[in-house]
Amino acid sequence: MIDEFDLTPNQLDAMREIGNVGAGNAATALSQVLNKKIDMNVPKVSIIPIEDVPDLVGGPDALIVAVFLRVYGKAPGNILFLMPKENAFYMVDDLMGRPHGTTQELGEMEVSALKEVGNILTGSYLNSFFHFTNISMIPSIPSLALDMAGAVLNIVLVQLGQMGDYAMVIETKFLAEDDSVQGHFFLVPDPGSLTTLVKAVGVE
Amino acid sequence: MAALIKVGMADYKVGRSPSTLISYGLGSCIGVSLYDPIKKVGGLLHIMLPDSTQARSSDNPAKFADTGIPLMINDVVALGATKARLQAKLAGGAQMFAFSNASDIMKVGTRNAETCKQILRRNGIKIVAEDTGGNYGRTVSIDLETGSYKVKTIDRGEKLI
Repeated sequence: MIDEFDLTPNQLDAMREIGNVGAGNAATALSQVLNKKIDMNVPKVSIIPIEDVPDLVGGPDALIVAVFLRVYGKAPGNILFLMPKENAFYMVDDLMGRPHGTTQELGEMEVSALKEVGNILTGSYLNSFFHFTNISMIPSIPSLALDMAGAVLNIVLVQLGQMGDYAMVIETKFLAEDDSVQGHFFLVPDPGSLTTLVKAVGVE
Repeated sequence: MAALIKVGMADYKVGRSPSTLISYGLGSCIGVSLYDPIKKVGGLLHIMLPDSTQARSSDNPAKFADTGIPLMINDVVALGATKARLQAKLAGGAQMFAFSNASDIMKVGTRNAETCKQILRRNGIKIVAEDTGGNYGRTVSIDLETGSYKVKTIDRGEKLI
């Protein structure tokens, strides 16, 4: 394992807790926007080889919609909200009050709606993150792609690849009771941000 | 039955006819193929970054164009290819997300493509086909029986180069 990811079990727990607080808030926000009950799992913190990251979302050729935001501040990183294509289309239908199956492609309006969901999730995630760590982080405007998971994840993996061969990924899954919503929310801190985060939670 | 050999990100594989080498979901990454049409042997490399000297640390030479390409050339030659006969094809190097103030890292696809071509030329390898750029992902495969390089996309169909 590479030095910068050499965290103690307690520190890993703290990272999970950071993810938990942020994701709890984001799930509430998502549930209000979509007006349906959203469940989330306990966030997973994984430290894995970079080339294995696409497997977290169904493999490098899985068709997904991704909303990407760069995070600036003291602990910079990347946020990705990933959904299988059909779930993203259902979400657009929910947002626009149309029956499921109406959305067949992503026009300007659909893209804009999904980006806004990414914005809302990221905003509530980072907000609670700030309350927990006192580290303020500012997201970029969102960008969206509908493509193969491997291709979409390149943007994050390339940045990590310059530093080393591993990625730390804080991942939360969102699910609606009717299965229409299925999304993965990823926070991928830059390797240099880990020290800052660990210090902020004050765990040895 | 011809084997389908998977090439992961930051990895390369070499082989001979009738195998096919395939790599899935390239964004800004590049799939570089080498092929000797007489011996029908070749290789496929999936690089992520142009230059290993600009990386802080890595134990994996196949991640970079400058270290990965020479490594694959050696292995293909060791399989029986003649270096002077090798034909290179490349695909990938997209910019997946559009930002008005795109940083260097967003444009890494372009740099990847340029560096790959530079390294190939420096090694005296002919580049016979290329499908790079754009803002979409690609799955690439080389059929070592014919040397044809297939580029598959989601919305832009599939082509042989």
